[in-house]
Amino acid sequence: MWRLDKRKQKQGSMSGKPKLTYPNGRGRMESIRWLLAAAGVEFEEEFLETREQYQKLIKDGALLFDQVPLVEIDGMKMVQTRAILSYIAAKYNLYGKDLKERAFIDMYVEGTADLMGMIITFVFTPPQERNLALIIERATTRYFPVYEKVLKQHGQEFLVGNRFSWADVQLLEAILMVEEKEPTVLSKFPVLQAFKARISNIPTIKKFLQPGSQRKPPPDDQYVATVMAIFKKD
Amino acid sequence: MAGKPKLHYTKGRGKMESIRWLLAAAGVEFEEEYVETKEDLEKLRNDGALLFQQVPMVEIDGMKMVQTRAILSYIAGKHNLYGKDLRERALIDMYVEGTTDLMGMIMFLPFQPPEAKEKNFALIIERATTRYFPVYEKVLKEHSQQFLVGNQFSWADVHLLEAILMAEECKPDILSPFPQLQAFKGRISNIPTIKKFLQPGSQRKSPADDKHVAQVKKIFNI
Repeated sequence: MWRLDKRKQKQGSMSGKPKLTYPNGRGRMESIRWLLAAAGVEFEEEFLETREQYQKLIKDGALLFDQVPLVEIDGMKMVQTRAILSYIAAKYNLYGKDLKERAFIDMYVEGTADLMGMIITFVFTPPQERNLALIIERATTRYFPVYEKVLKQHGQEFLVGNRFSWADVQLLEAILMVEEKEPTVLSKFPVLQAFKARISNIPTIKKFLQPGSQRKPPPDDQYVATVMAIFKKD
Repeated sequence: MAGKPKLHYTKGRGKMESIRWLLAAAGVEFEEEYVETKEDLEKLRNDGALLFQQVPMVEIDGMKMVQTRAILSYIAGKHNLYGKDLRERALIDMYVEGTTDLMGMIMFLPFQPPEAKEKNFALIIERATTRYFPVYEKVLKEHSQQFLVGNQFSWADVHLLEAILMAEECKPDILSPFPQLQAFKGRISNIPTIKKFLQPGSQRKSPADDKHVAQVKKIFNI
């Protein structure tokens, strides 16, 4: 039976499940894992471990712009993180009920994406150029106050339209990422603390937060080395 | 009150230019208020007008929208430039992300330190001619339709034309290996709303000169 599964994995989305191709770590794919998990969608993963694997993907024409993340979904080989996230959000009704709600969700996720982007690139920045203080400052003065205020003003459970959406998933992801760097970062944000607990308790999210899920750990030296070797980042 | 959209940005291209292009392509008239000094930016911030303390900001349909992609998606969705269904939207999203990446490189070039400029310029040309343009050339060749997605004019077409023209400003013959893109450029440039935007006197902005770069650095503390 395991042999059949391996063959299915190699052939891509034959099982019908989305298939994610990326190194075995968070990076830009993590938000996609979060969103699929939140939507209760099972997915497969193919991990990039060597430069040869990556070059083969390019040679096979699998990567539209020679980049990962790559998500094979519904017969498409989707690339570009935001495009993938938007598609998943819309498909699984996590994108609001109309254009205006979508506009708010888009604004909010762009904010959290910017914040998380600082953390994603942190480990790939030369140590002497790293600025953790700036990340914490941005989190506590530019981003978290916005979401704290949004939630406080409408007093609803979710960021947009009184309904669970992509914006909520991404905000939780961002909160947890920043907390890993500074555990007390939410101390001045009581509404976000309550939000964090609430969203963490949604069954699909709760499951994703448990050990053994497809959630990836924070990047370590080995992950950084693997990524540098695959993509020859200098 | 549900008047024209109002754009808040410096009087240059930057991240607002794609928004100007898309509004123009959609035939939507818009107003502009220019951030010319640090004080202008601080005023917007202190007035609570900027969700994340950043521009672009576009006042549209009662919202103060920020975040370039969010604004572009809203305009595209509102003006039927976002395909007819989820799959077409997915393709448009992928294509515009590619042209965004390319234009982002060109946009930041004037702000790079002098010693990095030559290397980054070469990278722009390489990326344009080996990573991005071949993709769009192939898409157009394979379906041989007039537009990138769904046989219908969309945000993806506007964005690609903008990227082509920006790349040509870097290297005028950059399209020489790409006959489909040359024809595409000719075609899309002739769409009446686009043609109008390409004429002198429109709200299209010029490439950043040294004076503008200095002003931007001052306003944003770069």
